[in-house]
Amino acid sequence: MASKEREALLDPLFNNNPITLQVLGICSALAVTTKMSTALVMSAAVIAVTVLSNVAVSVIRNHIPSSIRIIVQLTIIASLVIVTDQVLKAFVFDISKQLSVFVGLIITNCIVMGRAEAYAMQNGPMLSFVDGVGNGVGYAIILMAVAFVRELFGSGRLFGMTILPLVTEGGWYVPNGLMLLAPAAFFLIGVFIWVVRSFKPEQVEEDFHVGALLEPGHEGGLR
Amino acid sequence: MQHSNAYTIGFAAAVCAVCGFFVAFSAVALKDRQDRNILIDRQKNVLGVAGLMRLDESLGADEISSRFNESIRAKVIDLASGKPNDSIDAVTFDQRRASRDPATSALAPGNAAKILRLPSNALIYEVFKQGEFDSMILPVEGTGLWSVLYGYIALSPDARTIRGITFYEHGETAGLGGEVDNPRWKAKWIGRKAFNQLDEPAIAVKKGTAGPSDVDPHQVDGLAGATITSRGVTHLVRFWLGENGFGPYLKRYRAEKGI
Repeated sequence: MASKEREALLDPLFNNNPITLQVLGICSALAVTTKMSTALVMSAAVIAVTVLSNVAVSVIRNHIPSSIRIIVQLTIIASLVIVTDQVLKAFVFDISKQLSVFVGLIITNCIVMGRAEAYAMQNGPMLSFVDGVGNGVGYAIILMAVAFVRELFGSGRLFGMTILPLVTEGGWYVPNGLMLLAPAAFFLIGVFIWVVRSFKPEQVEEDFHVGALLEPGHEGGLR
Repeated sequence: MQHSNAYTIGFAAAVCAVCGFFVAFSAVALKDRQDRNILIDRQKNVLGVAGLMRLDESLGADEISSRFNESIRAKVIDLASGKPNDSIDAVTFDQRRASRDPATSALAPGNAAKILRLPSNALIYEVFKQGEFDSMILPVEGTGLWSVLYGYIALSPDARTIRGITFYEHGETAGLGGEVDNPRWKAKWIGRKAFNQLDEPAIAVKKGTAGPSDVDPHQVDGLAGATITSRGVTHLVRFWLGENGFGPYLKRYRAEKGI
């Protein structure tokens, strides 16, 4: 049992990372990673929502009528997101102002829904809790790594502290404006996926080409 | 698992009730704290543009409130006549809500700042330093590239010289139009003249670099890579200083002071 929990916690960090392997939750990873402080608060919010929704869904999993299970999960997740948003507005107002609409968009983050449907519906509350932490942290690691590179090279700062003094503020560093635009996050996540898959070749998908669709016996390659 | 329809509907209702309770509870329980945060945030911005707080200074909520109450007086004015309107409490007046409410606002005349509705009353601030009238702070808003920019402009007691500008809410591109937040750029406004000889709004964000304020009093450096945001800032500042904005108030003020 202990090893199962360990697996649920550690597996999503690198081996089965929701962003780099499952390529989920990309939209918010683009939007909130221009600064580390916003990425940190966003990560905490996603961890909280994933954990609580996993536990809540897991507790009532045997009672949910399967015909309405998706909408029940969605209701729970949406409520948790609203509560999280209210808490952020009350306690970290400045950052919640910067996150603006993206906290609300946690509802559409496929990681939360994906874990509720794929894991919490089959496992007990304890395991689901651990799985929620693991996946939330897996998301957080990537978010923080992307934000680190974007904030450092885009505005010469980390957590708002000047590391590379900017030319516009009397320093020497000419910031890379591309880092502050959404495509930079795409490039960075692409690089991370590349790096992770170079170290873990088993994550690389089988070669897939359109012709394979037509070849008999290759249907299994479709994903 | 097969369930009866009654069970399914009952289950859905129960989930809704429980979730609804949590949402309602958090919204009600945290309301006071959130309202206070919004108030402090507004006061912080007013302090910033009044030069009573450095931008790199981080102050606690109580310190912000006490500094604000010490030297700043809020005043509601009637926009069209420029006269003070004492029938409205300046502490609770919410100008943004007032400009959405048809009872307290009207359609704005066509303008380059793309302002759709004009409130009939506006909230301005007067800053006193050591008991002396030091500056007036006027709220401004208007459209940039992606978003509506909300901010304040501060004028010296001559009602012509700019004392400062700030934008406390906008959704412009970070690093490009978002540079309206940049303290270095905001500092370039200080000391420029907002009006020409005829007291028409003349300040403009130009493309490229403006000269020092004594040579080039009506222009401010443009934001590189943010032509539309820069243009929006010009339009919105001119609109609010013009006859449909605070023009009547400023005219009355100058007449009273004989300047």
